[in-house]
Amino acid sequence: MARAAGGSAALLLLADGRLPAGGYAHSGGLEPAVTAGRITDMAGVERFLIGRAETAGLTAAAFAAAACSRAARDDLSDLSGLEAELDARIPSPELRTVSRNLGRQLRRAMAGIHPHPHYATLGAAPHQPIVMGVAAAVLGLGPRDAALAILHETNSGAAAAAAKVLRVDPFEVHAILARMADRLDRLAGEAAAAAAGPACDLPAPASPLADIAAEHHRRTHVRLFAS
Amino acid sequence: MTEKTPRSLRLGVAGPVGTGKSSVIATLCRHLRDEFALGVITNDIYTDEDARFLKSAGVLPEERIRAVETGACPHTAIRDDVTMNLMAVEDMERDFAPLDIVLVESGGDNLTATFSPALVDAQLFVLDVAGGGDVARKGGPGIARADLLIINKIDLGPHVDVDVAQMVADAEGAREGKPVLALSRKHPDTIEKLCDWVRQLHAAHAAGHHTPVDPGPMAPHHHPHDSNHAHGHSHD
Ligand SMILES: Nc1nc2c(ncn2[C@@H]2O[C@H](COP(=O)(O)OP(=O)(O)O)[C@@H](O)[C@H]2O)c(=O)[nH]1
Ligand SMILES: [Mg+2]
Repeated sequence: MARAAGGSAALLLLADGRLPAGGYAHSGGLEPAVTAGRITDMAGVERFLIGRAETAGLTAAAFAAAACSRAARDDLSDLSGLEAELDARIPSPELRTVSRNLGRQLRRAMAGIHPHPHYATLGAAPHQPIVMGVAAAVLGLGPRDAALAILHETNSGAAAAAAKVLRVDPFEVHAILARMADRLDRLAGEAAAAAAGPACDLPAPASPLADIAAEHHRRTHVRLFAS
Repeated sequence: MTEKTPRSLRLGVAGPVGTGKSSVIATLCRHLRDEFALGVITNDIYTDEDARFLKSAGVLPEERIRAVETGACPHTAIRDDVTMNLMAVEDMERDFAPLDIVLVESGGDNLTATFSPALVDAQLFVLDVAGGGDVARKGGPGIARADLLIINKIDLGPHVDVDVAQMVADAEGAREGKPVLALSRKHPDTIEKLCDWVRQLHAAHAAGHHTPVDPGPMAPHHHPHDSNHAHGHSHD
């Protein structure tokens, strides 16, 4: 399935925030962190995004890469094992639900945009990184691309939310994203390197405060973002 | 029923905040729930306020009213990226099969927001007399081309110095013959007309005669303080 010319355009399609898969309803934990007073300025936003990329971002990237390499081999036999391993890396029930909702949405969108039999084998509510990995494979992309797509999606989605929950200069928000570009490349490389191994050995860096904040957020009455 | 039962009629209810979308949905549920199997999806800006309102009004069993959270961007959720709403509708249709009608309330953040034809089969656009007599004349995709334009709260006309007959005439002028309905929850005859319109639409849909019409996209617009707005509609 690999694309001769590198598949860069397909990767951009998959990672684009305009992909109609409902990602815009989420702030990736930025809103709860702002509400709790843990982020008050741009330096705080940057620390938050870096922390998220290095923890939840790397985990998601590794699972996207792993799902991609399995789907590219047409071997989806241990996808439920991948699902269980990812569940174990997301302590917050709320964040597990969010990941599965986003996964269902991404599958709903991609199954319409670029149909493939793999989508039907993913179960009732697959995790977002796993759907991203399968979607990448279906588009002829490789594990590193899958990792990069989910890293970019989670990072730029949270960054875009900053404009709604903080007083920000949008150019500064994108300046942070530009400074993080090398970091995302490195993380995607780490994720892809881990992808071929057993699911239980995939990276598991954690950020407990984000899990706790997500639970608080669900119980907040007035919120802009679903998470 | 026969072997060829089409999926439910998906009916959108759009219009600015406070014009009476939730009230119209509550009214329809009260009057039609014995004739049709119904479900409701709400789209909120901040909370699940609309779903709470409808649940507390007791117009349907609570589990048939579900809220979609739109990340403060409800016009996107009904037009540019309808995946969340589409899945909410499909889930509802699956969980309560067979449903006859699913009503989808828009978040109502924008006068020009309309539903995508990918999401609904037909749409109501709700204005109210309290918003001023001029609004209907100003037009826009929803006002001009929704399947039905409702001028709501006509009981308030005298209190807000709006000539209801004139407002209806203006609306009809903007719509090239498409229907306009003057409505008030205090005037049962108007409620009956609304219900009849929905009955006819449902019959046409069930018979396969209804052809969805797209009112067209919202006008290009600005989001002040939000130039980082990253999802696909034009800004000028
Ligand atoms: N006088 C009058 N008030 C109405 C009527 N329909 C709705 N309202 C009121 O208008 C307000 C906004 O209604 P709501 O349905 O929540 O509007 P939405 O924001 O468009 O969903 C509420 O206070 C309703 O009670 C009506 O026919 N007459
Ligand atoms: Mg409402």
